Amino acid sequence: MKLFFSFIRKEFWHVLRDTRSLVILLGMPVMMMLLFGFALSNEVKNSNIGILDLSHDESTQLLTNRFDQSRYFSVTKNLTHESQIEEAFRKNELRMVVIFPPKFRESLLHTNQAQIRLVGDATDPNTSNIMINYASAILRDYQNEIFGEQKFPYQINVESSMLYNPKLSSSFNFVPGVMTLILMLLGAMMTSVSIVKEKEKGTMEILLVSPMRPLMVVITKAIPYLLLCFIDVLLILVLAYTVLDMPLRGNILLLLAESILFIFTTLSLGLLISNLVDKQQTAMFISLVGLMMPALIFSGFMFPLENMPLPMQIISNLIPTKWYYSIVSSIMVKGLGIKFIWKQTLILVAMTVFYLAVAMKKFKIRLE
Amino acid sequence: MSSVIIENITKTYEKGIVKALDNVSFEVKSGELFGLIGADGAGKTTLFRILTTLLIPDSGKATVAGFDVIKDLKQIRQIVGYMPGKFSLYQDLSIEENLNFFATVFGTTVEENFELIRDIYVQIEPFKKRLAGKLSGGMKQKLALCCALIHEPKVLFLDEPTTGVDPVSRKEFWEMLGRLKERGITIIVSTPYMDEAKLCDRIALIQNSKILDVDTLEGILTKNKQNLFAVSSDNMYQLLKDLRAYTDAVSCFAFGQHHHLQVKTPTSSDEKLRAYLAHRNHTNVSIETINPDIEDTFIKLMQDA
Amino acid sequence: MLNEEIVIKTNKLTKTFGDFTAVNAISFEVKSGEIFGFLGANGAGKTTAMRILCGLLSPTSGEAMVAGYDVYKENELIKKHIGYMSQKFSLYENLTVRENIEFFGGIYGLSRKELKEKGNDLIGRLGMEKEANKLVGSLPLGWKQKISFSTAILHQPKIVFLDEPTGGVDPITRRQFWDMIYEATDAGITIFVTTHYMDEAEYCNRVSIMVDGSISALDTPHQLKEQFETDSMEGVFLKLARQAKRGE
Repeated sequence: MKLFFSFIRKEFWHVLRDTRSLVILLGMPVMMMLLFGFALSNEVKNSNIGILDLSHDESTQLLTNRFDQSRYFSVTKNLTHESQIEEAFRKNELRMVVIFPPKFRESLLHTNQAQIRLVGDATDPNTSNIMINYASAILRDYQNEIFGEQKFPYQINVESSMLYNPKLSSSFNFVPGVMTLILMLLGAMMTSVSIVKEKEKGTMEILLVSPMRPLMVVITKAIPYLLLCFIDVLLILVLAYTVLDMPLRGNILLLLAESILFIFTTLSLGLLISNLVDKQQTAMFISLVGLMMPALIFSGFMFPLENMPLPMQIISNLIPTKWYYSIVSSIMVKGLGIKFIWKQTLILVAMTVFYLAVAMKKFKIRLE
Repeated sequence: MSSVIIENITKTYEKGIVKALDNVSFEVKSGELFGLIGADGAGKTTLFRILTTLLIPDSGKATVAGFDVIKDLKQIRQIVGYMPGKFSLYQDLSIEENLNFFATVFGTTVEENFELIRDIYVQIEPFKKRLAGKLSGGMKQKLALCCALIHEPKVLFLDEPTTGVDPVSRKEFWEMLGRLKERGITIIVSTPYMDEAKLCDRIALIQNSKILDVDTLEGILTKNKQNLFAVSSDNMYQLLKDLRAYTDAVSCFAFGQHHHLQVKTPTSSDEKLRAYLAHRNHTNVSIETINPDIEDTFIKLMQDA
Repeated sequence: MLNEEIVIKTNKLTKTFGDFTAVNAISFEVKSGEIFGFLGANGAGKTTAMRILCGLLSPTSGEAMVAGYDVYKENELIKKHIGYMSQKFSLYENLTVRENIEFFGGIYGLSRKELKEKGNDLIGRLGMEKEANKLVGSLPLGWKQKISFSTAILHQPKIVFLDEPTGGVDPITRRQFWDMIYEATDAGITIFVTTHYMDEAEYCNRVSIMVDGSISALDTPHQLKEQFETDSMEGVFLKLARQAKRGE
């Protein structure tokens, strides 16, 4: 036990004395959160939208003007048929189309009900979602204007649909994404690099020629990073809640527990890498190309998985980040409980056990 | 009693293409200060790594204190101290922290074995709060020795501890080794400096992955008699060329203020040589018959090999 | 080939790092064609002094001229007119012998044609025709050192700085290396060399010994031995370096 703590203490010395890395480790999540948050709020400004007006009445005219005057949108095209929507999206001419059905005003006044459809180009789901929200707000304002504050049964039913990415859930998708990336980067890369450093500097050579079990070096390496990763998770959550006003749905304890599980997954991946390579540079390269790239591509954070060809979708199942991302967004965004994510959780547990087992098996007690 | 026994060890790298050790055999007696002498790349580090259980030989057998280097890995790791050629301590930890850490690793404390390292430690103690990375070469080396000694090993392996170290620090280092030897620790040192041979009880000369000879220094010197002249004159570079062109010359190399000329015919008379040099217009010629030193012998063994 | 032209001249050359004086007001001259031994214990300030003379580091005070150029203002010109070889970094292991020669020659602005000619000439002189297209990493250390030295003088510099060129090399190669040094001085190149082998100090025309940042002795090996009443350079060195007070 004394040996164990002596190792842990040494690892903390390493981490705390390397100020530059420490700044990156704690600064990067903050940077990423702010950048994404900032980029997001700036995205929607005078976006080009199209109007498909099948009614051509007073109300649709007014609403069209409202959209055009809003600082979020500018109406650049009048469509005549629904079939033109896809083409306009493909050419990147429009990002959203507002569809007024025939006899809009008439049905609004007489039946107290009117349908309106918003179709967004969801290749960029976050932006698209925000646009739909803004558009809905404009419609709500208009509704309030005609009917006043009174809760009349008059209603405009907004039916929004997303092309290309129908299941899109929230504009805050990037928060789970950032968490996934940061944990992957910190957990896997930093752990593997710091272990490989012992090999490169020759200290591993001395530790090997000693009675203690060299596995100790490796296990204790992971502990400071476990702590740092956890701090980063908290940091991201606090930022999301305070600076970005993200509503935190779901059970926070469940979220933290799942995060710790994923940290274990990344740490064991880091251990695995460190057992396979001898140079810090190689470890870093493998972590970046072998882990970060798949994490970006296959987690569903940057590119919706549903739109990928089948083989890619199958591959994505092998990437741990996909499961963690799905867990976090289920909890944070949809507010779901363990009932809905137990499958993903089990998969992560299985992956972690597998990585650890391979890492232990591959662990070398000699130099070659 | 032999502390280390090496029998026909061969080791290759890169699937047999690069030969690091070629059928190496010798023994080191218990309590001996043994020198493994040879240039960089001769195979010294590989041999040390095999003896410290870090590498497995392709063939051959070796034991350290009676334990087999392949099978008895755990036992050997309990009783050996090892100082690799490259400085291998934590650069971002202080002297004190490094020492305490390695003591714990070996299941002991600095206090428990302080007697053993006292001599060496007092020299670096004033800087104990300094990070190892900020120490000078000599101090790093002393710290590394302390760390290798902290668990009172039975056999101590020091891989090129004096490479790149100035003569004063080298001398001090060997004095430290002498005192450790008195405590009964078997010490095996590798070095590229031939002059350190005289500080060892016995030496093995290694070149191109083969052992050239194993013996005491005197033993090796008497075995390899040569006919040597130490020659000097006013123009040393011209002298070197002329001596090499001398009909009776086997080889001639610069040795500090003299050139050592090895001749074929055993003779104590230098008249013929003197006449030759006078003919070549050398002034202030000095010729002396000498006994070969370790470098002369090493050169001869290299040429014979 | 000694003549009276001065190729290195320093006057009270000093370098401080914070409150630490690494090089303390050293003054000396090196004549053209000389083999100048620059000795000192680890930490005595050799490396710092050598870096200043190579134009890699600016001194704090004092003067120094190398190959006729000022170390403060003309360090780029200095680099052009000197050669440098150290034990640690000398050649690219993953380039062949020929590629290394051409690369280092190219750095010093040799033309393509010159490179070809000199490269072939050099490979011939080293007797390495067979190895010319082998990776340097696969060659024995001794050969690397020879190639390294040859490339350092390929552009015929006035002075070549050698930082522990023979560390860890076998006794024959070590001597062959010195043969090359002699050959270079015959061609008029000045040699400025550091070494831990005291017998090599004997091969120098003059030797300086640094202790605690200052030059404590500078003379021919013969004079030094007389002055310190000992029969070897090792004796001289030990007597001087023992006076060192600086805690390394």
